[in-house]
Amino acid sequence: MSSVDEVTSGTKTGRVKRRLTSRGATVAALVIAVVWTIPTFGLLVSSFRPAELIQTTGWWTIFANPGFTLDNYADVLLSPSQSSPQLGAYFVNSLFIAIPATIFPLTFASMAAYAFAWMRFKWVNALFIFVFALQIVPLQMALVPLLQFFSTFLKPGQQWLHSVLPMIPVQNYLPIWIAHTMFALPLAIFLLHNFISEIPNEVIEAARVDGATHGQIFWRIVLPLAIPALASVAIFQFLWVWNDLLVALIFSGGTQDAAPLTQRLAEMVGSRGQEWQRLTAGAFVSLVVPLIVFFSLQRYFVRGLLAGSTKG
Amino acid sequence: MTTADLIGKILQFGMGLVIFAAIVGLLIFFIDKAPKRGRDYWQLVGFLAPALILLAIGLIYPAFRTLALSFLDKGGDFTLDNFVWMFTQPAAIRTLINTIVWVALVPTISTVLGLAYAVFIDRSRGERIYKALVFMPMAISFVGAGIIWKFVYEYKSAGREQIGLLNAIVVAFGGDPVQWLQADPINTVLLIVVMIWIQTGFAMVVLSAAIKGIPTEQVEAAQLDGTNAWQRFRNVTVPGIRGSLVVVLTTISIATLKVFDIVRTMTAGNFNTSVVANEMYTQAFRASEVGRGSALAIILFVLVLPIVIYNIRVLRAQREIR
Repeated sequence: MSSVDEVTSGTKTGRVKRRLTSRGATVAALVIAVVWTIPTFGLLVSSFRPAELIQTTGWWTIFANPGFTLDNYADVLLSPSQSSPQLGAYFVNSLFIAIPATIFPLTFASMAAYAFAWMRFKWVNALFIFVFALQIVPLQMALVPLLQFFSTFLKPGQQWLHSVLPMIPVQNYLPIWIAHTMFALPLAIFLLHNFISEIPNEVIEAARVDGATHGQIFWRIVLPLAIPALASVAIFQFLWVWNDLLVALIFSGGTQDAAPLTQRLAEMVGSRGQEWQRLTAGAFVSLVVPLIVFFSLQRYFVRGLLAGSTKG
Repeated sequence: MTTADLIGKILQFGMGLVIFAAIVGLLIFFIDKAPKRGRDYWQLVGFLAPALILLAIGLIYPAFRTLALSFLDKGGDFTLDNFVWMFTQPAAIRTLINTIVWVALVPTISTVLGLAYAVFIDRSRGERIYKALVFMPMAISFVGAGIIWKFVYEYKSAGREQIGLLNAIVVAFGGDPVQWLQADPINTVLLIVVMIWIQTGFAMVVLSAAIKGIPTEQVEAAQLDGTNAWQRFRNVTVPGIRGSLVVVLTTISIATLKVFDIVRTMTAGNFNTSVVANEMYTQAFRASEVGRGSALAIILFVLVLPIVIYNIRVLRAQREIR
C-alpha cells in the first residue's frame, strides 16, 4: 500500500469503507430499500384518501388526484353502526390481552429460571432439558386438546363470573391469557435461564450468607439484575401476542367481547375485501403500536426478536 | 362498544393483574415460610410448580392427545384414514406440495437477499436507516402484511384504472390485468413474496452483525493479495459467517413451515394456496374434522422436528465458542 493512498484515504475504517461501497452496490441497496418500503407507504397514503379516490385511482397519482381526509380513521375507530363494530373495542382488547399475556409468562418463567439456575437438586438439570426440549412442539399440536380442556374446566368458571359480575362477558380474556402464557413458557424459561445462570456466584452466595431466603434473593437481587434480559423477552412476547392471529381465532370466541385487532382485521378482509378505505385505515391502527415499539426501543427489539425467533 | 362494556373490560384487566399478583405474592410468602424439614425441597417445588403445571396442561398433555386423535375416527376407533386422506386426496396433496414450495423458496431467497443487502450497506452512510426500512416488516403482524400486499395485488377489470400497484405496472407495459390471488399457481408465489418481504429483514440484521464480526485484518489481507470484491465475498465473508447463515436458514425454515396468518388473511387457503398449518386450522376448527386436523399437526411436528434440533445444536455450539 503506497503512502499517498494512506494519506488520502484517512483512517482505517475510512479506507475499508472506500473499498467496500462501490457505486453499483449503493444503487442496488437503494433499489431494495425502496421496493421494501413502497407497499407500506402505499397503504399509508391510501388510508388518508377519500373512498371514491381510492377506488378509482392509484395512490401513486395522489398529486394528479389530490384529496386528504381523516374520515377513514374516524369511520373505523368511532362509527357507531352495529353491523360493523368499530375497531376501538378491538384495540382495547388487543391491549388488555397483550399486557397480562406478557407479565404472566415472564413472572412464572423467571421464577422457574431462577430455580433451574440456582437450586441444586439431582433431577433439576434433566427437568430443565425437558422444558427446553418442549420448544419443538408446534402450537398447532396443542390447540384442539387445549380448547376441549378449557371448555370442560374453564367455561363453568367464566359463566359463574358472568353471573356474579354481569358486566364481564362469559367470553372473557382468561382463556387467551392462559393459552399465551402456556405457549410462551419454554422459550422464556430458556432465555431467562441463560441470563440468570450467569449472575456471579459470589452475589448469590453473599446474600445466602446474610440469611436471605430464596424469595428475597429472587425479588431483591435476581430480578433487578435480570432487567435487560426481561426487557428483551417482554418486548418480543408483547409483539408476538399483539400480532398473533391463530391463538386468538381459537380462544377468543371472535366477538368484540374479547377478540383482538388482528382477528377483526382478518375478518374484514374476508367480508369487506373491497372496502379499501376501511382496510387501509384499520391496518394502520393495528400497525401503530408495533411501529412505535420498533422505532423507540429498536435495540431491545432486535435483541428480543433474534432471541425469540424460534418460537411458535 | 358501550361504556359498560369498557368498564367490564377494565375490570377484567385490573382483576386479572391483581389476582395474579396476589397468587405470586402468596406463593413466594409461603415458600419462605416452608416447614424446616425439607425446606429446600418445598422451595424448589414452589418456584417450579406454576410453570410446570401450565406446561403439563398446555403442551405436554395436548401433544400426546393430538397424537392419539390423529389415529382416531369420529366414533373414537383406531384408524389410519386421516393419514391415508392426507397422502391420497388431491386437495390434501396439493397442501403438502405448497408447503414444500414455501419452504424451498422463502428461506433461500430471504437469506440471499438479506445477505446481499447487508453486504451492500455495510459501513455505508445512513446504514441505520437502510436497516430500519428493511427490518420494519418484522415488527408488524402477518395480518397487517397480508392487507398491505393484498392492496398491491388488487384487481380491477380491464379498461378501468388499476388501483393495485402490480396490475398498474402490468397494464403500463401493455398487458391485461390479472386476478393475481385467484390465478393458480402464481398466487402461491405471490403469497411467498409476502413472507420473503418479512423474513429478509431478519436475515439481514443477523448476517449484518456477523459480517461486522469478521476481523478487518482478514479483509485487508485479501485486498493486498489483489482479490476483487466477489472473490473476497466468496473466500472471506461467506466462510466467516457460515454459522450465522445456518441459523438464519433454519430459523426462517421453521417460521415458514408454520406459516398460517398470511394464507388465512389473503386467500383463506382457496384457489389451491393452502399450506399445512392453514389446512390444520380449517380441518380441525372449521370442518370439524378433528382427526384430520390432528394428523396435519403431527405432520407439521415431523417436518419441523429435524430443523429445530439442528438449529438448537448450532446455536449451542456457537454459544460454547463464545
